[in-house]
Amino acid sequence: MQYYEALGLEPKLALDLDDLRKRFYERSRETHPDLVGANAAGSGAEDRMAQLNDAFRTLRNFVTRAEYFLSERGIQLSKDVPPELLEEVFELNMALEEMRGGDDSARPQLDSARERFAAMQAEIDSDLAALFSRQDAQGNALDEIAASLNRRRYISNLLRDVDKELNVHISN
Amino acid sequence: MSTFQIDFGESKSKIVGIDLGTTNSLVAVMELTGPRILSGIVPSVVSATESGEVIAGEAAREMLITHPERTVYSVKRLMGRGLADVGEELKLFPFRLAKGSESVLQLRLGEKIMTPPEVSAHVLLKLKNDAEAALGEPITQAVITVPAYFNDAQRQATKDAGRIAGLEVLRLVNEPTAAALAYGLDKRKEGIVAVYDLGGGTFDISILRLHDGIFEVLATNGDTHLGGDDIDHLLMNIALEEIRAEWSEDISGNPGAVQLLRRAVIKAKEELSFVPEAKIDLGFHGKRYQREMTLDVFDRIIQPIVDRTLGPCRACIQDAGVKVEEIDEVVLVGGSTRIPLVRSAVERLFRAKPHTELNPDEVVALGAAVQAGILAGDVKDQLLLDVTPLSLGIETMGGLVSKLIHRNSTIPASATETFTTAVDGQTNVLIHVVQGERELVKDCRSLARFDLKGVAPMQAGMARIEVRFLIDANGILNVTAKDLRTGKEQSMDVKPSYGLTDEQVEAMILESFEKAQQDLTERQVREARVEADAVMAAVDKARHEEAYSALSEAERAAIDRAMNELLVVYHSDDHTLIRAKIDGIDQATQSLAEAIINSVAEKALKGTKVDA
Repeated sequence: MQYYEALGLEPKLALDLDDLRKRFYERSRETHPDLVGANAAGSGAEDRMAQLNDAFRTLRNFVTRAEYFLSERGIQLSKDVPPELLEEVFELNMALEEMRGGDDSARPQLDSARERFAAMQAEIDSDLAALFSRQDAQGNALDEIAASLNRRRYISNLLRDVDKELNVHISN
Repeated sequence: MSTFQIDFGESKSKIVGIDLGTTNSLVAVMELTGPRILSGIVPSVVSATESGEVIAGEAAREMLITHPERTVYSVKRLMGRGLADVGEELKLFPFRLAKGSESVLQLRLGEKIMTPPEVSAHVLLKLKNDAEAALGEPITQAVITVPAYFNDAQRQATKDAGRIAGLEVLRLVNEPTAAALAYGLDKRKEGIVAVYDLGGGTFDISILRLHDGIFEVLATNGDTHLGGDDIDHLLMNIALEEIRAEWSEDISGNPGAVQLLRRAVIKAKEELSFVPEAKIDLGFHGKRYQREMTLDVFDRIIQPIVDRTLGPCRACIQDAGVKVEEIDEVVLVGGSTRIPLVRSAVERLFRAKPHTELNPDEVVALGAAVQAGILAGDVKDQLLLDVTPLSLGIETMGGLVSKLIHRNSTIPASATETFTTAVDGQTNVLIHVVQGERELVKDCRSLARFDLKGVAPMQAGMARIEVRFLIDANGILNVTAKDLRTGKEQSMDVKPSYGLTDEQVEAMILESFEKAQQDLTERQVREARVEADAVMAAVDKARHEEAYSALSEAERAAIDRAMNELLVVYHSDDHTLIRAKIDGIDQATQSLAEAIINSVAEKALKGTKVDA
C-alpha cells in the first residue's frame, strides 16, 4: 500500500481528510524538488513528488481510495450491470433515447429517475462509510465494499448521462 | 595569450521572472525586500528592419504603423499551434504565413521567415538585455509564465522560445498562480482564493487554497483564445463598417491604416475604464473618423466576451470542490480586468468584491520573480503546488481515449501503463498520446506519437513494455519506457504533433543567441577597457602633481604594481578581471586622490581670494 506509506499512514479505509491534507503539505515541503534544491537531474525528487501527489489525489476521495484499497488486495471490480438495476436501466435508456430524439415528453420521467438515482447514491455513500469502519475494525467487509462500489459507479455514470441530457436541452 | 578566471565563490547569478504576455511583457527579480520589476513594460511586438536587424519592444511597436508587413504582434496566440488551428486568428490578425506551416507556423516579416517561438525569443532577448542592463550582470536563467490553460505544445513552444533566447527556463509557472504567489506572499493569506486573469489574448481562472506558505491550486480552467484582443476586434469591425459608409472607402486592406485604427480603438477602450464616454479618433490620409462611445454602448458590445469567461469560472468552482461562499477572496489579473463590466460580472459571480490593489499588469511578473526566488533557495517556506489543466490520455481501439492523468491533478503527476503486442513477431508498438476532455480521439488534441521499437519478436501478447507518463512541474509530458522482461530501457521515437524538434531549436539558438551573447560580452569588455583607459590616463596625469611626490616610496610602488597588473589583463576577454584590476588601482591611489582633491580645493580657495 505504497500510497498510504507515502503519507505515513496505516492502510485504513476511514481517513480524516484534514489530517490527510496536513500530512500532504508537510511531506510536500520535505519532498518537492523546488524546496529540496533538486534541479540536479536524477535526484529522484520529481518522481517522489509525483508519487506523493498521486497518493494524495487517490486517498482524499473515498471512492478512489476504496478502489485503490481493493485493487491492492487483489480485488477487481466487475464491469457488469448490477442485476437489480437491469429493469430500471432499460427504461431509463428508452427515455434518454426519446430525449435525444427531441421528444421532450420524457423529461418528467428523467427528472424522477434522476431523483431516485441520486437518493440511491446517497444511500450507498452512507453504507460505504459504515462498511469502511467495519473493515478497519474487523477486516470482513471487502466483498460488500466491492459490491457497493460497483453499484455506485454504475449509478454515478447513469446520473452523469441523465444530467448531460437534461442540461443540453435546457441550454437549447 | 593566457586567459584568466576568477572564482567568485558564493556569488551566483540571478534568476529572473518573466511575464511573456500577449500584448506586453515584463521582467522582474527577487530581492531582499521583495520582488521588483526591472525596467519598463516591453510591448510583445517584433519587427524585422530593412537592414536585416530584428528588433523587439517599443521600437517594434512603432514599426507596426510604418512597416506593418515587417512586424508581428500577439504572436502568443500562435504558440504551439498548427495551420489547422489558426483559421480564426488569420481572419483577425495580419499574420502572413510562409510555406511549410503545417505543424509549425512560419511567419513572414518582410523577407525574414520566423516561427512563433523565434519571434517570442526576440521579446525574451529584449527583456534579458534590459534585465542585464538594470542588474549589471549577465542573466542565463529564468522562470517564464504561461496561461494556466496552455496545453503541452504551447508550453513546449514557450520553453523553446526561452532556449532560443539563450535562457535556461527553470520553470514555467501558470500566470494566475504566479499572481496568487505575489499576492499571498505580501499578505500571508490563509483561505481559498480565486484568481480571474483576463489578459490581451488569454483567459484563466484558478482556485487555490493558501495555507501557511503553501499555494495549492485546486482547479483551473480557461480559454487560450479570449482576451482584450477580441474586444479590439469587435470595436474595429464597427469602426471599419462606419468608415466604409462615411468615406466610401474600405481601409481594411491597408495594414498601416488598420493598425492606426487598432491603436485608436484601444485608446478609447482604455479610457472607458475611467470615464463614462470616450471617442474613437482616426486621422488617415487627410480624412478623419470620429465616433463617440458611451460606456453603456461599450458594455453591450463586449457583453458576449465577458459572458464567455463565466462558464469556465463555474466549471472551475465545481472542479475545485468548493462552494462559492467558501471562496474568501477574488484577485483580478490582466489589463482587461480594468473594464468595469468585467469587474461587476466577477463580483456578481463570486459574490465578493474583487481585489484590485496590485497592479494587474505587474503582478504576474512579480509572482514569477517570487518563484525564481524559491528555486534559487532565497525564498523559504513558500511552495507552489499547481495542477495540469487538461486530461492526458492514449488512443485505444475504435478511436476512443483512455484517460491516464485527469485534469486538475497536482503536478508532477504520473501514470504507468503496460503495453504488449497484438500479432506474433510484432517488433513495434505505437502509442498515440492526446490531451483533452472528450471521449473520442478526434475531439482531443494530438500531442505526440511514441514508437516503441526494437521489441524482441515473440508470440502476440507476450511482450511486456511498461510506459511511464510523467507530467512535470512545468506541465510538460515526459515519457519513459521499460521492457519488463529484460528490465532495460525501451528505445522509442517521439513524433510531436506540433512544435519544433530539438535539432530545429538547437539550430535557431546558434543563429540568434550566440551572437547576442557575444555582443553582450564584447560590449562589456569594451566598456571595461574604456574605463581602464580613463583610469590609467588619470594616474599618469597625477604623477605630475605635487601630491604624487609627497607619497611614500611604498605607496608609489603599490601604484606602479596596480598599473602593471591592469596592463597585463587589459587585452583579456574577461571584463570582470579588468574591472577587478581597476578596483586595485582605485585602492592603491586612494590617498593620492585625497591629497589631489585637497590641493585642488586649496587652489580653488586661493583663486577665489585673488578674484575677490
